[in-house]
Amino acid sequence: MHFKARVWIVGDNINTDLILPNKAFYLTHEEQAQYVFHANRPGWAQQVRPGDILIGGRNFGMGSSRAAARSLKTLGLSCLIAESLNGLFLRNCVNFAFPALECPGVHAAFTEGEVAAVEFDTAQVRNVTRGTTLQGKPLPAPLMALVHAGGVYPLLEREGLIAPKRQQA
Amino acid sequence: MGMTIAEKILAAKSGRKTVAPGDVVTVDVDTVILFDNNFMPNNWREILQVADPAKIVVTFDHRVPAPTQQAAAAQVTGRAFVRKFGIKRFHDVGHNQGISHQLVADYGYALPGSVLLCSDSHTCSAGVFNCLARGVGGPDIIYAAIKGQTWFRCGETVRYELGGTLPAAVTAKDAFLQIAGVHGDHATMNVEYGGPGVAGLSINARKTLTAMSAELSAEFATFEADAALEQWIRARNPAPFMSVRPDGNAQYHAVRQVDLAALEPLVALPDSVVNNSQPVGRAAGTRIDQAYVGSCANGTQDDIELAARVVRGRRVAPGVRFIVVPASQTVYRDTVASGAVQTLLEAGAMIAPPTCGACGGGHMGVLGPEEVCLTSSTRNFKGRMGDPSSRVYMASPATVAASALTGVITDPREFLN
Repeated sequence: MHFKARVWIVGDNINTDLILPNKAFYLTHEEQAQYVFHANRPGWAQQVRPGDILIGGRNFGMGSSRAAARSLKTLGLSCLIAESLNGLFLRNCVNFAFPALECPGVHAAFTEGEVAAVEFDTAQVRNVTRGTTLQGKPLPAPLMALVHAGGVYPLLEREGLIAPKRQQA
Repeated sequence: MGMTIAEKILAAKSGRKTVAPGDVVTVDVDTVILFDNNFMPNNWREILQVADPAKIVVTFDHRVPAPTQQAAAAQVTGRAFVRKFGIKRFHDVGHNQGISHQLVADYGYALPGSVLLCSDSHTCSAGVFNCLARGVGGPDIIYAAIKGQTWFRCGETVRYELGGTLPAAVTAKDAFLQIAGVHGDHATMNVEYGGPGVAGLSINARKTLTAMSAELSAEFATFEADAALEQWIRARNPAPFMSVRPDGNAQYHAVRQVDLAALEPLVALPDSVVNNSQPVGRAAGTRIDQAYVGSCANGTQDDIELAARVVRGRRVAPGVRFIVVPASQTVYRDTVASGAVQTLLEAGAMIAPPTCGACGGGHMGVLGPEEVCLTSSTRNFKGRMGDPSSRVYMASPATVAASALTGVITDPREFLN
């Protein structure tokens, strides 16, 4: 998997309440995605274009187990590169097959609006605008395999262990 | 090389001799807990088979009693799942309902050395029972219910050696705020609590530390077992178990001493639980609209009786809403029986039914624009309990109750001697 797009930048300790606030819990996945960063950066979700890349700071995704990674994916972001990823949030990135990588130094290596090129499997992150390259940490092999398989639900669906996806309420 | 409690359980449950930081392992899961959010129409994927119905627990806790049609629909789906697979450990709205993490304590669902999963981040609460308990994602829960397994990435462990005895009006919540304030997050790492000070902490107090460890971003929080813990479990669950002790030569990222006797009441300022603690005096005088005692971290019998002792014979300040939420129906009945609920009602508190409720901004005490809340619950993130412009301070149930009486953030030592 590789991605090339403009980047958005957020800081350290971005929590899941900011990504998927309680007030959006009952909405469809597409409607939920419109609430990403509603409290700390109102109007941002409406500016994201399909394929955009998000760059985060330390412990990105701290907080709850809610499907915040699904909202970032549904919003159209192609991937997330952070200084570090919260352990629970990483689980949901894998669960929902949203490509997310840890790459120390990435936060300082970009200014918002610059273009990044990301080789997900090898965790190579290039700042195309500046011509610089960073080496991130590739996902452990079993987690990488889950992301490539499309996440947990498609896997279980193929094995006949969960019912096929129905239309959302 | 020696192993910590978390490493020893990871090794035992993955069929390996040793596990070390950095390893990703597949483990057998002993207990899988599902709750109402799992069954929400926009989350649920219908499970067609389960590994073992006896390993599954179902409760409704986040939105109870159902405040919306979607929450009610989730409960309908949950009841159908329970019927389909003959789940016996089902905590429907009624006699044995409660917040999942409190039910684990009430019913002895977590045995030492076992692995327990639930897709609520405060599942690490159950680590008080000397087991590996982790909040995971909703899909992880569906996978574990079906396959009986999950994966974990092993991290380094920080050990907290507790010593001394807490002074009057100082609680395990203050001990947590001390650790979170000084050491910040423990992302990718485990925390392990032990030391001579453990003996002086009730199981409920210890559970506050493990539940709040979610706010340290810890992978796992574990407590060493002692006679009091083993007795608690045996009184509730007849299954045999073996407690897990860390090896004498276990490798820790750090071993840190916490002198409980030296602690004072603390308050976390709004927007972050970690790196944000202040002595209560620094926040004293801050006006509040709402005071909240409840949640998986501080809705135990100890917490509600402590709040009652503070307000006994006094009245909640005009203009302040004091909301008290027992964490389970068992806690509710026990605190009615002890008179604590009566005392709180007479002081002007409102008692809500057991639910996660307003802790997550769901219902039963959500905040409006610019409102200020002092809470003993789990999180103070921006917008967490309601409007993005509301502000949430966090403290112990004693500090919350004292502040409910005065209408401003108040040192509880004035009310408890």
